[in-house]
Amino acid sequence: MSEANAEKIDDVLDLRGVMCPINFVKTKLHLETMEDGSVLEVHLDDGEPIVNVPRSVKDEGHKILAIESEDDGSWYKLIVRKT
Amino acid sequence: MTEDNPELEGLEARLETESKALHVNLNELKSGGYIKQRQKDKFTIRLRCPGGAMSVERMRKIAEVAEKYAEGRVHLSVRQSIEILDVDIAHFDAVAEELREAGQDIASCGPRVRVPTACGGCEYNPNGLMDTQAHALMVDEKFFGTECPHKFKITFAGCQIDCPRARGADLGFVGQVEPELVPAECTACEICVKRCEDDALVMVDGLPVRDIEKCTLCGDCVKACPFDAMIQGQAGYAIWVGGKGGKKMRLSDHILDMAQEEDVEGLIQKTLDWYIANGDKRERIGRTIDRVGMDDFKEEVLS
Repeated sequence: MSEANAEKIDDVLDLRGVMCPINFVKTKLHLETMEDGSVLEVHLDDGEPIVNVPRSVKDEGHKILAIESEDDGSWYKLIVRKT
Repeated sequence: MTEDNPELEGLEARLETESKALHVNLNELKSGGYIKQRQKDKFTIRLRCPGGAMSVERMRKIAEVAEKYAEGRVHLSVRQSIEILDVDIAHFDAVAEELREAGQDIASCGPRVRVPTACGGCEYNPNGLMDTQAHALMVDEKFFGTECPHKFKITFAGCQIDCPRARGADLGFVGQVEPELVPAECTACEICVKRCEDDALVMVDGLPVRDIEKCTLCGDCVKACPFDAMIQGQAGYAIWVGGKGGKKMRLSDHILDMAQEEDVEGLIQKTLDWYIANGDKRERIGRTIDRVGMDDFKEEVLS
């Protein structure tokens, strides 16, 4: 996770409370507005969102830099580099 | 369509008197997919559509024949094949001939290997682990119509979600995969652990460790990993045998894991050999296994 800590976060998207697959669609659309190489931090709920969204974002071709557990795993930070 | 059906005897007489040039003889009528309807002299003709996939060119030909010789209506059988409804017996010959010219054969009924069914498999389904469509075509080519004690249904499912219900067929194949961990790529995010429905993954010293006893080789962890850490190893089929529906359903028995593509044909051949040697007339293989014994079956088929 040291890689992510060193990254400058360009944008933050809080998708807690947003269900699958809308959270993925919002992440995908947000990434489309960003410059190549910039980094997005997405906040996701535990459960389905954290299990599904990271892999779907990877399958879009973006690079997952880190996944960080917050508040004892009640939500997560997904750090993505637009690729 | 039993042998002592008086209506069928009447049909035989009518077939002989009405058409001397008729290519569809009574044996073909019994073995082929000609299913008698309630309506006098009307039959449903079941077509041979392995895996439920076909070109639209063939579909157009089927539609053309259904309009020309029947009422222009079809039904999709529960085992993925198109059935032309309301065909008069006088048109059997023309229907079969015209479809055959377009590469479309008639299916089978009765005590024999039926048209195999399959999901999309790995060709285009994101969950598919095995090439179910290719294997359905292989079975169709090599085993379709083989005479058996009773009907024999073979089904291929690309993954353990098992949409086509391979675990309810006489012989079912269900896609599996061995997950492999690349430790250098793992960030200990634990998504694979969360995803596993079988509690087969636990974190030990910052890496997911798999309990082989609990793991069902479903591949969910591989599909969930957002890094290149949990990757797809060898894929294969779980083999299930003896399932049936009907008045007295029987669930399939799981007999093997990770059967390889090249083993599929041999497994089917051995299963059919054992069934033909041991099955009583009109007894499905699941009942034969119950009567003769699973140990006997496994010894013959898996050794």
